Amino acid sequence: MSDFKRIIAKRKRQDLVFNLIGILCTLVGIVTLGALLVDLIADGIARLDPSFLTSFPSRFAERAGILSSWVGTLLIMIVTAFTAVPLGVAAGVYLEEYAGKNWLTNLIEINIANLAGVPSIIYGLMALGLLVYKFRLGQSVLTGGLTLAFLILPIVIVATREALRTIPQGIRESAYALGSTKWQVVRHHLLPYSVGGTMTGIIIALSRAIGETAPLITIGALTFIAFLPPPPIQASPPFLSADWVWSPFSVLPIQMFNWVSRPDQEFVVNAAAAGLVLIIVTLSLNAVAIIIRYRVRKRIKW
Amino acid sequence: MKDLPMIEQPAALAADISVQPPAAGASARARRLSRVKERIIESILLLAALSSVAITLGIVGILIYESSSFFAHVSLGTFLTDTLWTPLFASPRFGIMPLIAGTLVTTAVALAVALPIGTIVAIYLSEFAPSVVREVLKPALELLSAVPTVVYGYFALQFMSPLLQKLIPGLPTFNMLSAGTVMGIMIIPYVSSLSEDAMRAVPMALREGAYALGANRIITALKVVYPSALSGIVASYILAISRAIGETMIVAIAAGMQPNLTFDPREPAATITAFIVQVSLGDLPHGSIGYQSIFAAGITLFVMTLAFNILGYILRKRFREAY
Repeated sequence: MSDFKRIIAKRKRQDLVFNLIGILCTLVGIVTLGALLVDLIADGIARLDPSFLTSFPSRFAERAGILSSWVGTLLIMIVTAFTAVPLGVAAGVYLEEYAGKNWLTNLIEINIANLAGVPSIIYGLMALGLLVYKFRLGQSVLTGGLTLAFLILPIVIVATREALRTIPQGIRESAYALGSTKWQVVRHHLLPYSVGGTMTGIIIALSRAIGETAPLITIGALTFIAFLPPPPIQASPPFLSADWVWSPFSVLPIQMFNWVSRPDQEFVVNAAAAGLVLIIVTLSLNAVAIIIRYRVRKRIKW
Repeated sequence: MKDLPMIEQPAALAADISVQPPAAGASARARRLSRVKERIIESILLLAALSSVAITLGIVGILIYESSSFFAHVSLGTFLTDTLWTPLFASPRFGIMPLIAGTLVTTAVALAVALPIGTIVAIYLSEFAPSVVREVLKPALELLSAVPTVVYGYFALQFMSPLLQKLIPGLPTFNMLSAGTVMGIMIIPYVSSLSEDAMRAVPMALREGAYALGANRIITALKVVYPSALSGIVASYILAISRAIGETMIVAIAAGMQPNLTFDPREPAATITAFIVQVSLGDLPHGSIGYQSIFAAGITLFVMTLAFNILGYILRKRFREAY
């Protein structure tokens, strides 16, 4: 009998030990994230003032700012969102609601799964060879935006499909029973009901695109740029201008990369400040995505 | 609508009815118009879905096209066996081996961190943690993969490297060890989240069976849950490998940019991705051998990740357990 008790005690001890190991391992990630934030704040917070956001880069570290790079990031994201969202949602709707079970659907699905595993820098090489030189779009905001749109397309497609899949069949059947066409079902029911899940995916995809550096370096984004693209709203007729899509650009992560690879310590401070801006933007986007996901899950009970 | 063929019926029924009333001309025309509209919409959606195939074709096409002019200058044999990579020197040498070595070493370091820790975290979250703890920790861990990689590069160079230098005397500032370690921490959530999903999908009855036979939690997790979820777990490992091989900014910032044929993680060395970044930063003329060399490096990288993806596909099929 005492043998039996000893075995039980031993097994309980094993569980306890693993429990501790598990907590420790989980902490490795959390503590690193904390250390990273603290490190960035300690190095960069002093540099993070309004003038940092409103100055162009400069040879003098204390005068250098991120104006041209955050504007570049914003413009790139506009192009990326306006390309990847309609394309990705449409593709997701097709695959989930329209596609039959045939070789073409299979091909598209395998292809999307594979695309998600292609390193981001490869997208940059593709864009360099195809968009910059074959299509002659140049090293412009348009090329940069399209490159990142291609990169996040699989994420948007998968998010759309998952959101559509959570809608019960009954909704579709009811709409068909009332005489809706397939597109009416999609347009009036499926898209509105899946908007929460799709938005979550889109926000996470865009936050990933904001942090992407390598593909934009590959297509030849500038590392030092002291002017802004032409504004989309002009003082003279026709008042609207799309010239900004052809402008050369830099983005926040490239600016940070440029500063971090300089040997002198003053620029490292700038890099930390730029990193802080970058991480605040991406983490808040992720927080928004988590909140949307949480609220959608709470509100909609089929 | 693959799983519901019956939804086609209402439309067909409606069409039959519409033939009978004599004054149905206008509505029949409207219906025909709407059918055309439906067709057009479906074609547009199909085109959107096909755009992903076009992207793949673009990637493969450009890589082959641009690197074929590289391989017209450099034989594949030299490319794979030469031990020096100096494409921008006056007397260039084109051996990809140093870059592959750098890529493999940083990947190995990253996996040595990410696979054990990620797996343990997955087992902990799936089998041990109370659900409240899991609901908090899982998204918190996933934030790790939301941090831009350039920020991780900064962290590797400015924080991890000095830290490791205190532990390993003589460690240079740029080294593959700190880059690989930070990369490993970054990919923990890829392993832990996907593996945890796979383990939680294992039916409760299997665990109950193990408990009934007297197993404790950890034995159940290791001997029953882990093998049952192996297909999904392997998928997460493969994803982690692809991520590590293709990761660019961390190694470009913290591992150094010199090609260096070594398998010692304490040394600096360039990876395939770091080389592409380094060349892209300079302004190389289109069509020069330097320009072509980044596509040759790129296709090597693409083949490596593709090989792992295919391996993953095979392993997933092999270990798939159906319940």
